[in-house]
Amino acid sequence: MSELTLSAPAPLPVRTRRWRPVLWLSLLVLATVLGWALAPGLFSSIDPLHAMPAHALQPPSAAHWFGTDHLGRDLYSRTVHGASLSLRATTLAVLIALLVGGAIGLVCGYFSGRVDSLLMRLVEVLMAIPSLLLAMAVITVLGFGTLNIALAVGLSSVATFIRLTRGEVLRWRASTFVEAALSCGVGHWAIIARHILPHAAGPVLALAALEFGGAVLAVSALSFLGFGAPPPQPEWGLLIAEGRNFMVAAWWYTTLPGLVVAAVVLAANQIARALQKSWGDNR
Amino acid sequence: MSSTVDYPRLRPLLTRLGQALFVLWAAFTLSFLILYALPSDPVTIMLSQSGEISAADQAQVEALRARYHLDQPLPVQYAIALWQAVQLDLGQSIQSGQAVTQSLLQSLPGTAALAGAALLLAIPVGVGVALLASLVRNPRGQEALLALPSLAVSLPTFWVGLLLLQALSFRLHVFPAMGNQGLASLVLPALTLAIPTAAVIAQVLSRSIANVLRQPFVSALRSKGVGPVRLLFGHVLHNAAIPLLTLAGGIIGNLLAGAVVTETVFSRDGIGRLAQGAVASQDIPVVQGVVLLAALIYILINLLVDLLYPLLDPRIDLRKTP
Repeated sequence: MSELTLSAPAPLPVRTRRWRPVLWLSLLVLATVLGWALAPGLFSSIDPLHAMPAHALQPPSAAHWFGTDHLGRDLYSRTVHGASLSLRATTLAVLIALLVGGAIGLVCGYFSGRVDSLLMRLVEVLMAIPSLLLAMAVITVLGFGTLNIALAVGLSSVATFIRLTRGEVLRWRASTFVEAALSCGVGHWAIIARHILPHAAGPVLALAALEFGGAVLAVSALSFLGFGAPPPQPEWGLLIAEGRNFMVAAWWYTTLPGLVVAAVVLAANQIARALQKSWGDNR
Repeated sequence: MSSTVDYPRLRPLLTRLGQALFVLWAAFTLSFLILYALPSDPVTIMLSQSGEISAADQAQVEALRARYHLDQPLPVQYAIALWQAVQLDLGQSIQSGQAVTQSLLQSLPGTAALAGAALLLAIPVGVGVALLASLVRNPRGQEALLALPSLAVSLPTFWVGLLLLQALSFRLHVFPAMGNQGLASLVLPALTLAIPTAAVIAQVLSRSIANVLRQPFVSALRSKGVGPVRLLFGHVLHNAAIPLLTLAGGIIGNLLAGAVVTETVFSRDGIGRLAQGAVASQDIPVVQGVVLLAALIYILINLLVDLLYPLLDPRIDLRKTP
C-alpha cells in the first residue's frame, strides 16, 4: 500500500499541440451524422418507408447494414433519414435555451434590480423540478409532436442558461473597463455589445455545446416515451421504441439505432469538453 | 435545566422551513401557470381524449367546466386550487376519476424501492470509481477511470434498459422482464437507473477530491508522513463530500425523472409510469401532482442537507448564513 500516492489529476493539462484521436473521431462522427441529416440520399439509396414484408426482421448483412424491421424496411436507411428530424429538434431546443436563457440572464446580470431578484427566485424554483418532468408538463399542454418536444426540452433548460449568463455578465459588469466606459458616457447597450458580450459569450457557448448532447438524449427519450412524431416517420427515439416488441427475435432492431444515438451524444460531449477548456476558463 | 426554547438555535431552522414553504408555493404556482394559463383548453383536451367531442355535448362541456372550476376566471381558479392543495387535495384524475394524492401515494412505494435500490448500487460504485481514480498513480490508468463516468452519462437510459432486458431476461432468463413482483424484478431496473447516477456521483466526487488535494493542509499532512490511504479516508473524503451533498437534491430528482423512462421500459408500476401515462392522456391534474411531488422531494432533501452541513464541516454555521 505504501506504493500508492494520492494525486490530483493534473490541473487542466495544457496539451494544445498533442494529437488527440478521440477529438478527431468525435468530429468525424458528428460530421457523418450532419451529412445524414442534410443529404440522406447520399448515404443510403434505400427508401426508409418502403416496406418489403418478404424481408422482415433480417439480421444485419451487406445489403442491410443494420438489418430490417418487422415490415421489412431497411433500418440503416431509417436511422440515416431519422437524423434530420432528431437533429433539427435538438438544434431547435438548444437554440431556444441559449437565446431565451441568454437574453434573460444578460438583462438580469446587467441591470440587476428587483426584477433580477424575482427572476432568480423563479430560476431556483425551476431548478427544483427535474428537467424531464418539466418538459413533460410543457408537452401535456402543447400536445405531441417533434416540434413540441424541441420546445419543451429547450424551455426546460432555460434556467441553466439564465444562471450561467447572469453570473458571467455580473463578473464583467464589475470590471474596471466597464466602469471606465460608463464614465466616458458610452450607452448601456453599446457596453453590452462591445465589452460584455465578447467576454461572457465563451462560457455560455461552451455550455450550449455541452447541452447539445443532453438535448439529443432528452429528445430521444421523450419520443421513445411516445410523445413525438407519429409512427411512419423515422426518428431515433421512436425507432428504438418500435423495436421493443421484437427484442426476442431481432436484437439489432433496438441495439444498432441506439448505438448511433450513444455515439452522437458521446462525440458531442467530447467536443463540448474541448471547447470548455479553450473557451470556458478565461478568467 | 432551562425550560425556555433555545431561540438562537431554532431561528435558522425556522427560516429554512419558511424558505422551503416559499419554494413549494412557487412550484405550485409555476405548474399551475404552465398547465392552466397557457392558451389551451383542458376541457377540449379531456373530451378529445375520451373521443366524445361533438357539438351535441355542449351541456357536458359546461358540466365539466363547472366540475373543474374552469368556468371561473383564472385568479379564482388559482385560489380554489391553492386552497385545495393546502388541504392536500390535488384534484381528481381526468382519466380514472381517482384522487390525485391517492394515486400518487399508491405509486410511491414502487418508485421508492426502485430509487432506493438504484442509490444503493450507485453510491458505492460512484464513490469507488472516484476514490480509485485518486489513488491510481499511473496517469493513463487515471484517465481511463475518469473516462468511465463521461461514457456512462452519454448512454440513453432507455437503450441501456432495453439492452439489459434483451441480454439478461430474453436470452439468459436470469431476471424477469417486467412487473413489480419480488426482488428479482427490481435488479435490472435498479441497475439501469444506477448507471447515470453513479456516473454523476463519480464525476462530482473526483473533481472535488482533486480540489481538496490542492489545499495547503494536505501538503502539511503529507510532510508529516501521513500515508495516502489514511490521508484520503481520514482527512480528504469528508471535506470532498460537501459538493456531493449540495447536489443530493438534484441527484434524487433525476432518479425520479429517470424512473419515468425505466418504469416504462420494464413495465413497472410507479410514479414514473403514472407520469408517462398522464402525459400520454394529457391528464393535467396528475401531471401537476407528479411535478409537485418532485419539487417537494427536492425541497425536503435540500432542507435535510442544510441541516447536515454543520455536522460535516464545523465552519458552516446555519446561524451565520442569511
